Amino acid sequence: MKVILRNPRREVDVVGRRRVREILADLGVVQGTVLIIRGDELLTADAMVGDDDVLELRPVMSGGRR
Amino acid sequence: MKCRRCGDRAALELRRHNTAFCATHFVEFFRRQVAEAVRRHRMFGPDEKILVAVSGGKDSLALWDVLIEAGYRTAGLYLDLGIDEYSRESRQRCETFAATRGQELLVERVAEAVGAPIPDVQRATRRPPCSACGLSKRYLMNRAALAHGFEVVATGHNLDDEAATLFGSVLHWQTEALARQSPVLAATHPKLVRRVKPLYRLSELETAAYAFLRRIDYIVEECPFARGATSIAHKEALSRLEEASPGAKHNFLFGFLDRARAAFERTEAVTLQECATCGQVTTGEICAFCKLAARVRGAEPASTRPDP
Repeated sequence: MKVILRNPRREVDVVGRRRVREILADLGVVQGTVLIIRGDELLTADAMVGDDDVLELRPVMSGGRR
Repeated sequence: MKCRRCGDRAALELRRHNTAFCATHFVEFFRRQVAEAVRRHRMFGPDEKILVAVSGGKDSLALWDVLIEAGYRTAGLYLDLGIDEYSRESRQRCETFAATRGQELLVERVAEAVGAPIPDVQRATRRPPCSACGLSKRYLMNRAALAHGFEVVATGHNLDDEAATLFGSVLHWQTEALARQSPVLAATHPKLVRRVKPLYRLSELETAAYAFLRRIDYIVEECPFARGATSIAHKEALSRLEEASPGAKHNFLFGFLDRARAAFERTEAVTLQECATCGQVTTGEICAFCKLAARVRGAEPASTRPDP
């Protein structure tokens, strides 16, 4: 499957059927700091994803002095 | 994982509440949290017109969406920071949002007010860009609200923003900042408008999820000047704590607001007066914004306001 990350934007290939939680851990992404997006839906970290899926891990952190 | 309300597949897990919701019930949850914040702190009444400060990001546009859907009379205020492509894209997001919902959008250009866009302000003053930006935003929000007859400005500060600010203030024991940290900053002078933060009960993840589920086209890219900002480092540290101990950020902020903040409230009265240059409210003769503008323009601030 293809996993899209941001800031900077990049793509990572992940092979096999996996839980999202495992993918986050492998990529060093802290749970709760990204939206897990598949198409037009949000997934929770326990969701299973497979080779045909495209996941976007969209950061939610905004910063600077607001 | 199932929705706590209906049993359908969950769209979002809220670990700090030990629950999960489907898209429909999460949107309901989000709006209830905003309504509770408004009610608990008497942020504004049903007949007040609210100026919503919008940046094109997820938080402020989510806030504007909630207030519109709740039936409040609103207008948006976009502050153009002059940060090249980032500002152009964020302004376009705000204009599109306002146009599709039939809302008024006011635009103020920082460069007109302070004498240069934010990138040049940083070069001219050698101040951290987020510092000059924050100062300019607070000043221009108040000025615009007064000029257009609003009594309240709503900003998109969320739970993570507030927890990170609190964390920074505690690290340095900035007791004046601790006394001021609140979901509501009251109008303590006729030329100050009330500032409210209706999203303070909601995390950054939750505001992003709401914006996504409501199909709000927000700017995902980070402000280029926020990279390396101390507030980001504080947020990252708190997110690690949150991962290990869900609810840590919530307990930190709400514990402070409920049990500790009162201890920092200043007993002595602060004397407010009008800036000799611009007439806005300050504690000294010249306000911080006019001092900043004078540095940018390479001159000392002059007392140009006629005597009353």
